[in-house]
This record gives sequence, structure tokens and C-alpha cells, in this order.
Amino acid sequence: MNLTLKIWRQKNSKDKGKLVTYKVTNVSPDSSFFEMLDVLNQNLIEKGEDPVAFDHDCREGICGMCSLYINGRPHGPVKGITTCQLHMRSFKDGDTIYIEPWRAKPFPVIKDLIVDRSALDKIIQAGGYISVNSGGVPDANAIPIPKHKAEMAMDAASCIGCGACVAACANASAMLFVGAKVSHLALLPQGQVEASIRVKKMVSKMDELGFGNCSNMYACEAECPKNIKVTNIARMNRHFIASKLFAEDKNITNTNF
Amino acid sequence: MIKLDDKIPSGPLNEKWTKYKSTCKLVSPNNKRKLDIIVVGTGLAGASAAATLGELGYNVKIFCYQDSPRRAHSIAAQGGINAAKNYPNDGDSIERLFYDTIKGGDYRSREANAYRLAEVSNYIIDLCVAQGVPFAREYSGLLDNRSFGGAQVSRTFYARGQTGQQLLLAAYGALSRQIVNKRVELFNRRDVLDIVIVNGQARGIIARNLVTGEIEKYSAHAVVLATGGYGNVFYLSTNAMGSNATPIWSAYKKGALFANPAFTQIHPTCIPVHGDWQSKLTLMSESLRNDGRIWVPANKEDAEKLRKKQLKPYDIPEEKRDYYLERRYPAYGNLVPRDVASRAAKERCDAGYGIGTTGLAVFLDFKDAIKRLGKQLIEEKYGNLFQMYQQITGQNPYETPMMIYPAVHYTMGGLWVDYELMTTIPGLYAIGECNFSDHGANRLGASALMQGLADGYFILPYTISNYMANEIHTPKVSTDLPEFKEAYENVKERINKLISVKGNKSVDFFHKKLGKIMWDYCGMSRNKKDLQKALELLPQLKEEFHSNVKIPGKIDEYNPELEKAARVADFIELAELMVLDALQREESCGCHFREEYQTPDGEALRNDEDFAFVGTWKYNNNQKPDLIKENLKFEFIKPSQRSYK
Repeated sequence: MNLTLKIWRQKNSKDKGKLVTYKVTNVSPDSSFFEMLDVLNQNLIEKGEDPVAFDHDCREGICGMCSLYINGRPHGPVKGITTCQLHMRSFKDGDTIYIEPWRAKPFPVIKDLIVDRSALDKIIQAGGYISVNSGGVPDANAIPIPKHKAEMAMDAASCIGCGACVAACANASAMLFVGAKVSHLALLPQGQVEASIRVKKMVSKMDELGFGNCSNMYACEAECPKNIKVTNIARMNRHFIASKLFAEDKNITNTNF
Repeated sequence: MIKLDDKIPSGPLNEKWTKYKSTCKLVSPNNKRKLDIIVVGTGLAGASAAATLGELGYNVKIFCYQDSPRRAHSIAAQGGINAAKNYPNDGDSIERLFYDTIKGGDYRSREANAYRLAEVSNYIIDLCVAQGVPFAREYSGLLDNRSFGGAQVSRTFYARGQTGQQLLLAAYGALSRQIVNKRVELFNRRDVLDIVIVNGQARGIIARNLVTGEIEKYSAHAVVLATGGYGNVFYLSTNAMGSNATPIWSAYKKGALFANPAFTQIHPTCIPVHGDWQSKLTLMSESLRNDGRIWVPANKEDAEKLRKKQLKPYDIPEEKRDYYLERRYPAYGNLVPRDVASRAAKERCDAGYGIGTTGLAVFLDFKDAIKRLGKQLIEEKYGNLFQMYQQITGQNPYETPMMIYPAVHYTMGGLWVDYELMTTIPGLYAIGECNFSDHGANRLGASALMQGLADGYFILPYTISNYMANEIHTPKVSTDLPEFKEAYENVKERINKLISVKGNKSVDFFHKKLGKIMWDYCGMSRNKKDLQKALELLPQLKEEFHSNVKIPGKIDEYNPELEKAARVADFIELAELMVLDALQREESCGCHFREEYQTPDGEALRNDEDFAFVGTWKYNNNQKPDLIKENLKFEFIKPSQRSYK
């Protein structure tokens, strides 16, 4: 396959950046999208040019490190996969492909296609966990959990923290990311203890970091490589409202846990 | 000559750890606040250790090369985590898990370490459930188990095919909680390039900020390495692209001993190699061997026709198939340990029965399982794996058998550690895959997650206090000490040298070349002639690399090629040590198969008389390293020839 690539090049966070056109030839349809970029980079290095910087690590769709808008879509044209799982057989010979970094205010560009997503870590730090120490916990089978609840929790817990939901959203909202974590933990008896504090802390951190609100376009669900459902956002909203509604939960804020 | 002290407590096997815990020194809470610990790596071992040490009250700094600690490659572990809970009531116990680990490792690991691992395994499951890990459950609401290779019981806990992800995210949650509580400070996008030793004790690290290119100094009272394995020496492996050996290699060059570097696990079920541009290999979980049956055609002509695509897999009738694992190992069948399954696949392919366009593949077939259990149940159990397979190969495994072939996956070798998980450098610890301690010559499936979390949550936090108790009078270590300055200058010089070579070939060119040498001459099976050949080629490659590598860009900017170059330079040196170790071990054991030493029916032939030791290497500047042996004593299990028949 022969392809034309239009790739966003930006030296560093201060540089303005622009699209640069590259040609790649003899791409195997069985190669992955990143292997195609590897070939491009090898050619650039040979010519003494700066290779294109992009984030990637496991290359098997689970670490969440890879990103990219490919022809305007987070993780490219195929539903339910990450960019590293995208293979060139999804494109046609002669195609022009636009490759850009994710654009969202809380994700500043570091270089070329690499953005800084530490804002997502900060949201988790605000409360995306159950506050147990290593030790002094009951036997694993002490609390039975209905199978369907465990499955629903697992569905939500599949989130890889790549940020595609934010990139897909016109408001750069992180509601799907936060909703997935809130749901995963609130669906389990172990997580219910802190459920109302957790949702308040995570939502307020999300707002503080400059992520937008949800306007029910469902673009996040459509682009999520792990098929996380927007029902998780609904569940989060329910917990959020409940946490503001009941007097016994209302006064618990900012407890250090 | 160094005398290795394993520090294993005396007394009966099942009382050693209890005895250690009740007699080791403790540090009071007000003293813990004054003590600093550096942890390198945020995988299961690193994240769990940092979180636990933070909970205990130490000041922890944690480093990772990724953008977030949640990306560490533990996340990619699919199948599960072992524990001796015996929930299915099928005869499991701590003793049996211990025995399976020692036997699976082909009697090349320490009894006391393996026993302790089995002993703490149950706590891990309890903790992970409390942290909210959504393990698979039965309709009763209780936890489900499945079987893995090398075991006749079901002791593997799992969360679909994403167990590593769920365990890591739980550890990352615990770590995040300590970060917000200011007990742990996170340094992401950092490569750790050197270990700083002051008066013989590990006191800090030198790191490169990957975004700015700045070289930074960090000090502490102790340093914990949790940097994972070195499978990327082979270029193609199931490791992440960034997985590297640089921190453990720096430790080795500073005097820490390196144990059993030759012990590399080749995982039997990976998606086969497709072409030259390939950058990594993808694992298909071992759990698939619970229901999938492995076969090749019984006739060479059929294999030939399959390779030429003149036949389709299901054109071959049942009686013309060779389910070679079921044939050779009736007791364990498709669930033999990894090393046995890998070698058997290689044997069939080398003999001309391989399939796929290259002839280097075998079938993993789910037709019978789908018939027996229904497509829906198979989808529930393995759905994400099937989807992953289809995405990569373009073939639907519900309709046609998967094609698989062995690939480099895990390294049992690593830094030598004593019972306290401390290397031969006081104050320098190695936990998880980067140490050598628990798996001998072959690791059993679902035991890597167990070891990472055992080390981080339940072992290191005890053993490190035994060391820290002597450090309470040591004030904060200054990074202005001459030792820091020297290490800093050395790192700067090393990087300057690399970037100023300005040769003609990219880093990947050398890495691929290295991978080919290692796979061809020090791979799934080894012999003296090939190993000696590798020993000729590797110094040439090293020389060529340092005189002809081309690294674009500058030092003080984000420069992924420079990162890779520093890693590959270390891989080339480490490769030589792996070959030396494979050469000295004139026996076959576990994953280390020397063609000269095999039984008449092609099984590994161990030599306990001469080789029941841990092969440990001491750096000797640029001379040949010294081999120091830690003799393995078997007091509780009598080594016998491993049989899975």
C-alpha cells in the first residue's frame, strides 16, 4: 500500500505546530498502524530528520498509553480498539490519513502527537479507590457479590485511562472516565462505604482541572476503545445527586482518606 | 571471593517466615517519617511496595518511564493469579502450591522463598477483593477459579482476560491514595540511568527527565528496584516497547550480582511472527489451554498443503491430526508447563509439521469446546482474547482454529537477592520480575502476578524495616555528595557519547540484529557451538553499535531515539552475560534446554550433582565476569525428574 500522511508536528509545548505531509510506500496491510509509523520514522532517521514522536507502550491495547486522532476520530476508524490494535487492512491503497494529537484544554501537547494526561491521574488521586491498607482485611469469600453485579463492575473497570472520551467530547468532558471509576467501585459492597464521598471528590477535581460538562452527545461511548457505556455517567449522576440530597452524607466533605 | 549469604532463617519450612516476621527489627512511626525510600517502577511489585511503604509512614519517591503509573506492563497480564485458597475443595494447599512451584521451576529455586510465596498468596486475594478487584464469580456470589499449566488443581483467580489490569489498577489506586496523602511523590516520564552508592550502601539514583532531557539526582536511605524483566533483549517479545533492563544493569555494574541470566521463558501461545516490520508479539493467554486443543497435521503432506493454502484447517479429518501434547503427556495434556509446551511446538515445526505461511505455527482449536459448552460460554470466558486475535490476524477464531507459536515472555533470571529481597549491595532491593528468586528455571502461569504482589504488599515492607532500623540515625542524604556528582557526570558523559556517534544506522537496526542473534543462538534450545558463535557476534555488534549508531535530535529535549539507544546499549551487554550463563550450565532444566543434554525421548535432562546451584555473576569491569555459585539445598522436597506424563 502507498499512503499520504498529514501529521501534526510540534517541537514542544510552546511551539505553534503545523501539519506536515509525508509519503509512505510499500506498507503491508498486515502491519499495525504503529508499525507503519515505525517505517516512516526509520525513513526520517535515515534522511537525518526528526522522527515523529507518539506515545505507545504495550502495543496490545491494554496499557492506554497510545492516543491519536486518525482522520478526526480518537483511535481511528474501527470501533472498540485502541490505535495500537488498528491494522493497515482498515485503510485503502492511496488513502490520505490525517494524524493529530488529542485536543482538549486539560491535555497540553508535549511534542508532536504526545499530550500530557496527568490530569486523569489527579482525578483518580482525588478518590478513585477503596481506602484499605495492605492487611487486616476479611477473607475474600466473606462477602458474596452477585455475579451480575461483579460483571457490571468489571465492565466499568475495563477503562484503560487513555482519554479518548475526553478527546471525542465537544466539551472535553471526562464524565465517562470518572463515571466508569465511580460505577466500578459503587457496584461492589466494598466500595459502597465511601461511595458518596468518592463521587463528590472526583467530580469536583474534574471540574477544577478544566474538563467540561456532559451534554449527552454520547460521542465518548462511540469512541471508547473498551466500549464503556454512558449508563456509567447516569449512575455517577445518581450517586452525585444522592450525596448532595441526604443530610447524613451532606456534611461529609474533604475527609482525608 | 564474595560469600553469598541467603539469610534464610533456620527451623521448619512452614515456620521460617513467621519466625522472621516476629524477630525482625521494627522502626517506630516517628522514625519512619524521617526515612526516605526510592522505588523504581510502578508495576505490581513497585506500586504495591510504594503504596504499602507509604501507608507505613516512610517518605517514598516512585519513578516510571511512562506518562502514568497505571501503564506499567503488569497491566497486560491476562490469565490470572494463583493462590492456595482451596475454595474449589479440590485438594489444594500451601504445601501443594509450594511443591508445584518448585517442580515447575525444575528444582532450581530456593525452597524457603517458594514456600513463603505460597504462604502469602492467600492474603493477596483477600486484599485485592477488599480493594475492589472485580474477580470472576459464581452465581452463588463466591469467587470462581480456573486451571493453569503445571497444576492439577484449580487455583487461579481471574478477572476475564484482564487480571493483570485489574490487579494493577487496584495497586495504582492504593498508590494514588498515598500520593494525595503526600506519603509518596510520583516522578513520571523518567528513565533511571544509574544507582548511586555511598560508602557501600545504595543511597540514590540518577534519572533523566524524558520531557526536558534534564539529568536529575535523587537521594534516599534505600533504593528498591521493581523494573520488570529483560525479555526485550530479543527485540521481539511480549514485553512493552519501553520495558528495559537499564536500572538492574546499572546495579550489576555497581556490584550487585546477577543470577541465572540465561533463564528466559518462552511462552507457548503467542500470535506467530508475520513479517520484518513487526515490532512486538502478542500473547494469547495460557488460560486458553483450559479449553483449546493444540494440534498439527499428522502427515507432512497435509502440513505442506496448509502452508500453501491448498487446504483449510477443517479439511483435515480428526484421524489425520496429531494432538501432540495429549499424545505425549496424557496426565497433563494441553496443560503442561510453558517450557514443555513451547519445546513440543518447536519440535513439531522443526520436523516439518508446522503450519501458517512460515511453517512456524501450530493450531489452538476451540471447535470441541464450542460444541461442548456453547459459543456463548466461550465468549464469556475468552471474548476479549478472541477479539484481540481477530483484530491482529484478520481471522475469526470461532470459525477457524487459532494459529500460535512460542515467543519470549518472561525472565526468571534477575538480580540476586537474599531472603530479605536485598541484593548484594546493602540498601538496594529488587522485587518482582527483576529479581531471580522464586521461579527457578521456569515460572508457572499465573505466578508472576502472585510474586509481584507478594513482594510488594507482604514481604518487602517487613524485610526493609530490618534494614531501616539501623538507618534511624542517618540524616537526610545530600545529593551534593561527591558520589552523586560522579554518577551524574558519568551518566552525562554516557549520553553525550551516544548522541555524538552520528553514524549511519538507527537504534532499531541494532536492536533487531541483537534479537536475531539471541533468538537463533540462545533461544528456545541451545548448544555449545551456537552459544560460542553468539559470543563472537555480540562484541562485534557492541563495537558496531558504539561506532555507527545514528541518534537524531538533541539531548535536552524529548528524544525517544535517545531513550531507546541507552536501553539497547545495555541489552547488548546483558545479552553477552545471558550467553555466558547458558554456556556454563551444561545441563537442561526448565526453560534452559541444552541440546547436548536430553533424555532419549527428548525431555530436559537435569544434572543435580553438578548444577543444583544458582549461577550468579559478578561484574569485573570489562573482563570476563566471575561466576559465583549459591548451592541449592533441598531439605523438604526430593528433586526428581519432572514428569507430566
